Amino acid sequence: MNQAFRIENSGLINRDKKLSFKFNGKTYFGYEGDTLASALLANGVHLVGRSFKYHRPRGFFGAGVDEPYAVVQLYRNGETEPNIKATEQELFEGLEAKSVNCWPSVNFDIGAINNFLRIFLPAGFYYKTFMWPKSFWYRIYEPFIRKAAGLGVASIKHDKERYEHKYEYCDLLIAGSGPSGLASAYAAAKNGAKVILAEDKPRFGGSLLTSDVNIGNQSGKDWAEGIIAELKTMPNVVVKNRSQIFGYYDHNMLVMSEKVSDHLPTTRKYHPNKRLWYIRAKEVLISSGSIERPIVFGNNDTPGVMLSSAAKEYLKVYGVLVGRKPLVFTNNDSGYETAIEFKKHGVDPVVLDSRKNPESEIIDEAKNLGINIKNSYVVVAAQGYKKVKSADIASISEDKKQLGKIENIECDCICVSGFWTPTIHLASQSGNKTKFKEEIDAFVPGQSKQNEITLGAANGVFTLEETLKTSFEAGSELSKKITENDNEIAIPNVVEKKSSQHDKFWCVPLPKGKNYKRFLDFQNDVAVSDIEIALREGYRSIEHVKRYTTLGMATDQGKTSNLNGLQLVSEIENKVVPAVGHTTFRPPYTPVSIGAIVGREVGKHSKPTRKSPMHSWHEKNNAVFVDAGVWLRPRYYKRGNENLFEGSKREAKNVRTNVGVCDVTTLGKIDIKGPDAAELLNRVYTNAWLKLPVGKARYGVMLREDGIVMDDGTTTRISENHYHMTTTTAQAANVLSHLEYYLQLVWPELNVNVVSTTEQWAGAAIAGPKSRDLLQKLFPNSDVSNEGLPFMGYMEGDLSGVKARIFRISFSGELAYEVNVESDYGNFMWEKIMEVGEEFNIQPYGTEALSTLRIEMGHVAGSELDGRTIPFDNALEGLVSKKKDFIGKRSLQRSAFIAEDRQRIVGVVPLDKQTSIPEGSHLVKDDKAPLPNPKLGHISASCWSVEYDNPFSLAILKDGKNMIGQKLFAMSPLKNKVIPVEIVSSHYVDPKGERVRS
Amino acid sequence: MLYINCPHCGMRSQNEFSYGGDASVKRPELNKEVSDQEWDNFVYNRKSLRGKHLELWQHISGCRQWIKVERDTATHEIFRTFKADEEVA
Repeated sequence: MNQAFRIENSGLINRDKKLSFKFNGKTYFGYEGDTLASALLANGVHLVGRSFKYHRPRGFFGAGVDEPYAVVQLYRNGETEPNIKATEQELFEGLEAKSVNCWPSVNFDIGAINNFLRIFLPAGFYYKTFMWPKSFWYRIYEPFIRKAAGLGVASIKHDKERYEHKYEYCDLLIAGSGPSGLASAYAAAKNGAKVILAEDKPRFGGSLLTSDVNIGNQSGKDWAEGIIAELKTMPNVVVKNRSQIFGYYDHNMLVMSEKVSDHLPTTRKYHPNKRLWYIRAKEVLISSGSIERPIVFGNNDTPGVMLSSAAKEYLKVYGVLVGRKPLVFTNNDSGYETAIEFKKHGVDPVVLDSRKNPESEIIDEAKNLGINIKNSYVVVAAQGYKKVKSADIASISEDKKQLGKIENIECDCICVSGFWTPTIHLASQSGNKTKFKEEIDAFVPGQSKQNEITLGAANGVFTLEETLKTSFEAGSELSKKITENDNEIAIPNVVEKKSSQHDKFWCVPLPKGKNYKRFLDFQNDVAVSDIEIALREGYRSIEHVKRYTTLGMATDQGKTSNLNGLQLVSEIENKVVPAVGHTTFRPPYTPVSIGAIVGREVGKHSKPTRKSPMHSWHEKNNAVFVDAGVWLRPRYYKRGNENLFEGSKREAKNVRTNVGVCDVTTLGKIDIKGPDAAELLNRVYTNAWLKLPVGKARYGVMLREDGIVMDDGTTTRISENHYHMTTTTAQAANVLSHLEYYLQLVWPELNVNVVSTTEQWAGAAIAGPKSRDLLQKLFPNSDVSNEGLPFMGYMEGDLSGVKARIFRISFSGELAYEVNVESDYGNFMWEKIMEVGEEFNIQPYGTEALSTLRIEMGHVAGSELDGRTIPFDNALEGLVSKKKDFIGKRSLQRSAFIAEDRQRIVGVVPLDKQTSIPEGSHLVKDDKAPLPNPKLGHISASCWSVEYDNPFSLAILKDGKNMIGQKLFAMSPLKNKVIPVEIVSSHYVDPKGERVRS
Repeated sequence: MLYINCPHCGMRSQNEFSYGGDASVKRPELNKEVSDQEWDNFVYNRKSLRGKHLELWQHISGCRQWIKVERDTATHEIFRTFKADEEVA
């Protein structure tokens, strides 16, 4: 098509660069610098979508962030993104977009039948209708609502784009690059302050791009360009376009979404799609401007009805006529500015002004240009279905209650202006309590809450002269406080036309006998009648009215509708607007893509991955890895076609018969030093520590103050005042914080230092009857005999020149050792062990075999120390000292903790010795009992016992002590299993613990 | 996100810290007879104040020191911060 509505000699677009794009499958052309909206309008396309509820045809209403209608599905570089505002999306070569919320097409939409059924779709329709019968919910109602709801379709493909996060600090953060933003940024920058100036649009300048003003003998636009050019050269200033500050959080932290690539056909190499800035600012200047609000009248949602400021912007920024027969409907002087622009470009508008006899410089100019102006006139209803064809207009009485005779005049667009609403979202989010300003019929920020001030139109100041003056001063004052510089800046002369007072009029009454829909919220199809219903049904709080009617919800968050909604509620309730109040402004101001919020933390970057120094060896030897917290640990080492069950069984069996080696680097390690180290351990662990000799290790259990087991592990006395503590992998960080808490806050008199050494030591557990033989070969110069290195002994050794720590400790229940070397030698140690171990048939074993070995020995681990068990429950009461005090001891006297039938760890074997019991199964007395079947306990861990070759589980069972020999049922409704079981001792293998001491 | 003045490191964002609860709680001394009520108050009972609250934070991704922070639980305003061993006047 030929861009029939594009005019010469206007606009800031680059006419040398023509771009082709597709909308609903049809190819059009636009120019570089267009938005999708301006390019479509240039081609005369006004119908872009269907409304949410009634599927009424919808066009463009605004020219930017406030747009309620023109939400499209965008296709770019093989990806699709829903809920893109056509008024914000910049045009690029090859752009494709489709209408949403219509089927089969935007021109013929079957859902539009809702428009004729609308008397059946009042406010609260969903709440009232989809209640009954209950059985319909899943099958009929929910699928229907899901299909009907939502505007676009999210891609189900993996997002290939990259998103970045950035942290930034500055003296002044300025939100919006209109006159107030530019003036304050300039003044602050001249004082040497570190300034960030953010603009959500591609072009800087805000209202200066479209208003007919002069600053310092230049046009407003040229002045803005000059200021921006100078700011860009200053090293202390960052200016960012396409960047929306969308949230104001605690302690002057603001978040900004920068669209780095959305205006390009593809994202450039090494560039992100979007960048999220977390900005901590000393001072925040909110210069976010204002948004024009509509006047409400019949069928005011017809395509072709739009904000007068948007029509002006399409004309002045994009060189696009939104119509050739415009009707301007206004209650203030802004409508005249739009009419004047039309007239200057050879188009004759008609102006309807609700005021009786307004006078101002702007109106005089319009009159001088010969524009047809009708005072005390209003639009009663737009006529036309897919596009405005004419308007029913009438005169209106002074009290705005009586309409005169209805006339019909031909027009192809209706540009409406109901005055301006300051954009106070950021100020309100900062905690600022807003106040209602009677003169402008809108809310403005009140007393500053954080270090923020609001300037210009956002503060309800609508004259350029005052805006520039206050903004230069604010920028200068605030920066002076920070940098102590005071560069005087001459405030430039301003030439602007004076406006007259707007009319406090926002809604045209219905003519007799007509029932036009008068929409307040265009995105959600909320009409005047819906609010009336909500109030009739008893909703009073504006927050409730919002939720019941959906006024002000969805992607535009009511930027054009909220205030008119409040006007209506206050009118019906006979209250003043400030008494009704407004709904809370919550971040984000505009929709932010989930990708930008998530940033780089996707896939394997969603959390850090910790790998042991031996990781590459495990990889080379077919380890199948498992996540253990943030660690990657070998689960088993796959041989041939082995599965997990077969592999782990082989590995565990080899430990019981020969020798195995397991990477235990992930265990938490804490180095403890100081003369009071023993005293600290004595207070932290439940057992006694004061008499542990140098060169000995001890197993210990630590509690929380509430008596629940926090962690277990061994601690070794390396020298007089030096201990090496190990924790479970999962609790390593918590135990360190726990120790630091007591040392720094509770017992600061203890002279002890603790530091994590988890990453400093690589660990290998060598376990099995042949482990001593292997160890002797590894350390030929050390005496590792049962006498030289007894159970729970410790010594240092020389591993082919590398200093090693050797601990005789066992988790597997076999004769076992743990060797530690500095991490850099971890791989060397591992390979040495494998090499020397070959003659003893050594095999590496993973966490699955490790679990099997500890379960059949009845050793507790994380699945028993689950934050709900005390020492007794884990058969660890023998480790609880009766003599000394320790953390959590007093809690163990609680009546529930000393109850006779207290839960306790037991072993569980299926009667058929075949069926593995799923972990988490409940133990019950009677498998046929009616629900809820009383639960006696639960299966905490299950394995296949390699010792007895049958399934074996551990369970925490009520009165477990007296349950040995009982027959119960293990029930797993999730796995649909009922397994008859026998309760046995938790020490299934080697109950006397002879092997570890052998 | 809060901006917390660590008395050891200076102004740092909240994501470097972990929260540690009411700083006015005093652990009963070791080896001292403690009534059930006293012990319950120490382990479980907290006031959940609205307004000025002295609380513990640990600079977990920084100096690892436990610090005391005087904060308004309603507005998040932070008035003062103290080292672990500093007396709060």
